[in-house]
Amino acid sequence: MARSLVVRARPARSSGGRVRRLVEVVLLAVLAAAMLFPVLWMLETSVKENRDVYAVPAKLVGFDITLDHYRDVFVGPAGGASDLSVALLNSVVVAGASTVLATVLGVPAAWAYSRFTLRAKKDQLFFILSTRFMPPVVVVIPIFLMYRQLGLIDTQLGLILIYTAFNVPFTIWMMKGFVDQVPSEYEDAAMLDGHTRFQAFRRITLPLLLPGIAATAVFALIFSWNEFVYAIFLTSSQEVRTAPPAIAGLIGGTTVDWGLVAASACVFALPVLVFAYLVRKHLVAGVTLGAVRR
Amino acid sequence: MAGIEITSLHMRYPDGTVAVDEVDLSVGDGELFVMLGPSGCGKTTTLRAVAGLERQTSGTIHIGDTLVDDLPPGERDIAMVFQFYALYPHLKARDNLAFPLRAEGLPEPEVRRRVDEAARMLQLGPLMDRRPQRLSGGEQQRVALARALVRRPRAFLMDEPLTNLDAEQRADMRSQIKHLQGELGATMVYVTHDQVEAMSLGHRIAVLNQGRVEQIGTPMEVYDRPASLFCAAFIGSPPMNLLDVEVADGSLRGQGGLALPVPPGLPDRRALVAGVRPEALEVTAPGADGAVRGRVVSAEVLGDEIIYVVDCDGQRDVRVRMAPTARFAVEAPVGVRHVGGPPPVYDRDSERLVA
Amino acid sequence: MGTVATYGLKKAFGEVQALDGVDLEVPDGSFFVVLGPSGAGKTTTLRAIAGLEKLDAGSVHLGGRDVTGQTPGTRDLAMVFQNYALYPRHTVFENIASPLRVRRDSSSDVATAVDDVARLLHIERLLQRRPAQLSGGEMQRVALARALVRRPHAFLMDEPLTNLDLKLRVEMRTELTRIHRSLRGTFVYVTNDQVEAMSMADQVAVLKDGKVQQVGTPSEVYERPVNRWVASFVGSPRISLLACHADEDRLVGAQGWTLPRPRRTTAETGRPLLLGLRAEDLSVERRGEATVEGEVYGLEPLGDHTLVDVKVGTEMLKVKARPTVAGRPGERLSVTVDMDRAHVFDAGTGLALTEAAR
Repeated sequence: MARSLVVRARPARSSGGRVRRLVEVVLLAVLAAAMLFPVLWMLETSVKENRDVYAVPAKLVGFDITLDHYRDVFVGPAGGASDLSVALLNSVVVAGASTVLATVLGVPAAWAYSRFTLRAKKDQLFFILSTRFMPPVVVVIPIFLMYRQLGLIDTQLGLILIYTAFNVPFTIWMMKGFVDQVPSEYEDAAMLDGHTRFQAFRRITLPLLLPGIAATAVFALIFSWNEFVYAIFLTSSQEVRTAPPAIAGLIGGTTVDWGLVAASACVFALPVLVFAYLVRKHLVAGVTLGAVRR
Repeated sequence: MAGIEITSLHMRYPDGTVAVDEVDLSVGDGELFVMLGPSGCGKTTTLRAVAGLERQTSGTIHIGDTLVDDLPPGERDIAMVFQFYALYPHLKARDNLAFPLRAEGLPEPEVRRRVDEAARMLQLGPLMDRRPQRLSGGEQQRVALARALVRRPRAFLMDEPLTNLDAEQRADMRSQIKHLQGELGATMVYVTHDQVEAMSLGHRIAVLNQGRVEQIGTPMEVYDRPASLFCAAFIGSPPMNLLDVEVADGSLRGQGGLALPVPPGLPDRRALVAGVRPEALEVTAPGADGAVRGRVVSAEVLGDEIIYVVDCDGQRDVRVRMAPTARFAVEAPVGVRHVGGPPPVYDRDSERLVA
Repeated sequence: MGTVATYGLKKAFGEVQALDGVDLEVPDGSFFVVLGPSGAGKTTTLRAIAGLEKLDAGSVHLGGRDVTGQTPGTRDLAMVFQNYALYPRHTVFENIASPLRVRRDSSSDVATAVDDVARLLHIERLLQRRPAQLSGGEMQRVALARALVRRPHAFLMDEPLTNLDLKLRVEMRTELTRIHRSLRGTFVYVTNDQVEAMSMADQVAVLKDGKVQQVGTPSEVYERPVNRWVASFVGSPRISLLACHADEDRLVGAQGWTLPRPRRTTAETGRPLLLGLRAEDLSVERRGEATVEGEVYGLEPLGDHTLVDVKVGTEMLKVKARPTVAGRPGERLSVTVDMDRAHVFDAGTGLALTEAAR
């Protein structure tokens, strides 16, 4: 089969598009401004002196920059590690562990669903997907009661388990699409060469699934990292709390240190951004999800 | 109906690849014109330029008397049939046929009349109320054809429409398309990589290679006297034998002493290649007069004939067409002799026909 | 002994019965082709032999031993897939070496074996490339090399030439025949292309709807098809079938023609029949005693001959003629039939009722 020429010339088009283009550009600029403004404001707030944060009229430019808020994110009033830094660390542990666990469990399951004929496979897969139809918060009370019985309240393990439980179905669904795209003939050929089925999977299929795994892991990580409801309900102590409840806890009471809140939010957003950037190549493959197939 | 004039068509992509290289083609009114070539030769790209789906870098296209270069596809009054049918999956066959007419704004009674007429021509009767997913590949392709027919365009463009059908369906559709084209007197530009299809359908064939036209002629012209080594190797199944030959004492000799009749006007040159069709050779007992010695590699028993593949002195894999009653064993030593008229002869370096 | 045998293979995929009792006996060293249209069950049969498909019933025997329960890796078979299935992350060398590596052959043995087979298939210069850098034909050779690098019990090939263009396909056919002869191995080759089957096979098994219709040499299957279906599938152009019934010593066609009844045809008067006529047994150029009247539908020039499509009422005859034959659509003419070579089938069961002369 020849490789088709991907670059195609434009079809003949009619004239009269300049005004339309100008309107398009203006609309996009307005939309972009509306979407980026909160982010910009947050970034600015995180480096403003406290007096500038409350200034009226609000200052968009022309203020002094301070890194005190960023320092306060990590260093506590007594000079040791701040509570927020503990919370951030907890987030890393919980989100990381649950993502790894979900991947380790979900990928082989997805592979099995892709390769084997199972009884009521379609129903099984639908059931798996259906767990995501409702917002997780709907079952937080039963989970809370169950955890209390099991002694998992206020533990990192408890959070890791519940995040894994939510991520596994998602992982299976996304990964199955990727596994479907890798022809099973590779594994057949490897088996005829003498490998066992598992060896065939490990040597041939798994390396080809890495982009898909990267994409799926990023999404799972984002979910676990940002998760708020279960973190609030199932944890209370400072040692175990993850970042979202901790940052939320900064708001309330008589005065709010908005600069600290802004800085915490920026620090919180950073790891996921970096991670997504590192695997961005694989994300492109992931987003199309093998949609169009002749 | 209208003829199509393609003048100096040139299509170059931003990355520098030339898909179509200064191609001139002239399709007569009412002609079934085939563009034949391997994948990547530029045939589909040319067709898409005629359709208006791609814009050429330079050159002009006329449909009838109209210069169509700046017209979008919808305004060129042509209909196209694709390799992948492109039927609207949510519409029944009947509505698929009616769709282009309704889009044009035709009154409903006229739409119904044309749809029935096209359905009759392609024998779609029982299929009209089915959706594409309940039709076989061949049936879908007939519906796609009918959809092109209803528009009564000035010309039809067909892009490898039979490629996705199995052998039996292909043979049936081939004769149907040819018959239909004859009945309607329709101008058709048909693109394919299948040389059997090209030969059996075309009034004339244009053989393309790497964006250039190698030869234009009737099927028999292209078969009997291919203009270049490329055409010689591409047309004909089994493929033409290309034998190194040289002129010796006024006669033409192939490797190992194979005697060939001399075509008139043969230049006195070294480095010549003769194109010998399998039916122009015969397998005999070894040592026959004018024959070259060889050994049978395989005998392809095809039912109504046997194709012997023979390794001869100086030439591997010489293919010879024999009647099914021939009885030469594999590995047997044999002779291969030329029968029939003077073969086309090519210059080995320029690869073009010289006699 | 490189024999391959299957007995009573049955396999269903959901509602579809892919294999419905497939019995095959492949002799040692033969080039055995399993031929049939898509969906006939040929690939499933091959996969069952390889152990890639679990059977609902039936057994697979290699060299007389029942291997039905064994995993693919232990059956000592080599397989070439339709889309080659070359490991995309490995070099050509590593792809070919793969089966030897599993066996833990020494590095020098591996290198020698790979070089030998690479030379056999003329791919020495490709050894360090990756599959993505190869053309279709090159990938096909590498897939073949990977199968040929060891001496398995038998070679299984699943439509390996389907994705190649015509020129390459014709070349590879001859090459495969050569390779088969020099290796003397047992080849089980699956295809839906009857020209391919006829040109390469020592024996052909024609499959339809999961059942073996007929097994024989290409000649046998062409000359003496056991049913109308085998007669239709084998042979290009397709055999023409005309509806008729017997009446004493004549055949009377549904379209109104009559022809002498072929000798050695067992059919009582009145039974609905199908008359099968191959294009080369019909003529519009010769005059004979047995003729059918019809109208030219079209001409197909094919180079070394031309096919004339003749409409007989609502049915069609395909007639082989010389390339110079002339005729215009609508023209009426007579088609001469060689009744000695005609086939007669029962219209209901499809079974052949003639013993063809030859």
